[in-house]
Amino acid sequence: MGTLPSDAASVPDYGSLVREDRVHTSLYRDPALFEAEMERIFTKTWVWVAHASELPGKNSFKTAHVGRQPVIVTRDRAGQVHVLLNRCRHRAASVCEQKKGKASVFVCPYHGWSYDVDGRLRAVPHAAGYAQDFDKADYPLVALRTEEYNGLIFATFNPDVEPLADYLGPAKKWIDLFMKQGAGFGVKAAGEHRFRFRGNWKIQLENTTDAYHFPIVHKSFLTSLDDETEELFDVLGQGGWIEDLGNGHSVMVMIPDLVDLEENLDAPIPERFQALADELAAEGHSDEQVRRIVRAVGGTGFNLNLFPNVACSMAFFRVLRPVSVTETEISHIALAMDGGPEAGNRMRLRLHEHFQGPMGFGSPDDAEGWERVQRGAAAGEDLWILVNRGTDPLTGHGAGDNVGDVSAETGMRAAYAMWKRMMTA
Amino acid sequence: MSLETDGAAIDLHEAIAFIWREAEMLDRCAYAPWLALWSAAGRYVIPIDRGTTDYAGTLNVAYDDQAMREARVKRLKSGFSMSSAPPARTVRTVSRFVETAAEAGAIELDAAMLLVEYKYETTRLLAADLNYRIVRANGGLALDRKVIRLINSDDALHGIGYLL
Ligand code: FES
Ligand SMILES: [Fe+2]
Repeated sequence: MGTLPSDAASVPDYGSLVREDRVHTSLYRDPALFEAEMERIFTKTWVWVAHASELPGKNSFKTAHVGRQPVIVTRDRAGQVHVLLNRCRHRAASVCEQKKGKASVFVCPYHGWSYDVDGRLRAVPHAAGYAQDFDKADYPLVALRTEEYNGLIFATFNPDVEPLADYLGPAKKWIDLFMKQGAGFGVKAAGEHRFRFRGNWKIQLENTTDAYHFPIVHKSFLTSLDDETEELFDVLGQGGWIEDLGNGHSVMVMIPDLVDLEENLDAPIPERFQALADELAAEGHSDEQVRRIVRAVGGTGFNLNLFPNVACSMAFFRVLRPVSVTETEISHIALAMDGGPEAGNRMRLRLHEHFQGPMGFGSPDDAEGWERVQRGAAAGEDLWILVNRGTDPLTGHGAGDNVGDVSAETGMRAAYAMWKRMMTA
Repeated sequence: MSLETDGAAIDLHEAIAFIWREAEMLDRCAYAPWLALWSAAGRYVIPIDRGTTDYAGTLNVAYDDQAMREARVKRLKSGFSMSSAPPARTVRTVSRFVETAAEAGAIELDAAMLLVEYKYETTRLLAADLNYRIVRANGGLALDRKVIRLINSDDALHGIGYLL
């Protein structure tokens, strides 16, 4: 284990492990530091739990995690969303073991306590066995503070944290741009690939803002594309940029042409989408509608990294869940047009399958790379992880004075600055 | 899925021998001959939802027509994919065969697969229900459908740098 600069009696000096341009290897390796992260980050800030479309209508639910703690995300009869610890208040049994579904009540399987979808304890069997002063109102499922921005639902254990909208800050603009891929229909979750890798969660957090690896790690994906699309995915060669958005968030623009999907609607239809365009036109969609759908069908040209656990990544949501200091679970949630034409949504599913998932043409190589980072970090416990690429901002870039080259490690530095702020608060 | 076939019925034992040859090829990563086992319209499917047969309308781990199979094999053999260069070693058995349908020149069967993979000091077990459609074509047998329903397809998997 890496040794922390601390003495037994005091709190370790986490701040010394993150410098402007490098972070200490113990961030990937130290189990005690991982425990501190769960406490100081995952119980203290907003953690993404669901997209609104995963709760379609009243009495719908999904299960998720906030840090390592299992929760149920529910929508009640009035449409309000609740995030509840998935733990019976009697003797702790989990009250729900389904991934998603519909329920008007959650009945604990052990002794039958039943809870409303807003968490209230509705009834306990054989209630006469409890003392006179036993009050059901004292034992609801524990509720987290829950807020939503443009369909993204976050929860927190921290009653004092700033409102979600303030926490997201300038990232809100990018969330709005990301959602334009609904092509006027709205965005809907359409299935997910879940996989685990044997490595620390921050390796994945870094990767979402790492354009530098793309042409190397994803060479076999790139060569599987037609020439026009391969050019599109030349992510380092199109004048892209990366920007620190504050609070650990960042945006990395790889394909500047695909920042705003409502612009350039009269651009020529890419060859790979011509058959789709023809099919949509044959179904009777107007030329304008066809162009709007086709332009949005491949997703946006950027990754928006939201600290600490979610990214709006080109065409899908990327969600990370820390399992242990050396294990992380990832969900890649595919997106479709909510109520949009099936042909377009099928195309979106096929594009997602092409890159993502345990047998996609991209994700397994990412996962292998991240495991290699963890394996390599077993050596050199006093060495540092470098995040010093592209520290100087670009001069005269159209996106502003505050942006770096797309391959700069600006997003990682932004995330680690937030890590340091939270770990030393 | 309908197709033109060469007529003569396929015996269960003939189909099983064919499936075992396929399994052995896959364990050897002999992907070029594996591609040649397929009918042109054949589909190689690894669904996420074990209950679905609407593969086109749902998200899968793999949903390959011939072009996608060829692209997949090219990628696995390219040497540029770090998850498959080298791939995990695998040993698989396919058994518990049940014939579910038969017609002239075609047979459908269900089976069970147990696969052990090994890489980086880690050994993992994967289990799957398989569904095959095998047809008689060009004087031999051809895969016309293979559906691999992993026992944990809707849970977290690990990267799979080889073919199931
Ligand atoms: S543990 Fe839930 S009712 Fe007893
Ligand atoms: Fe990647």
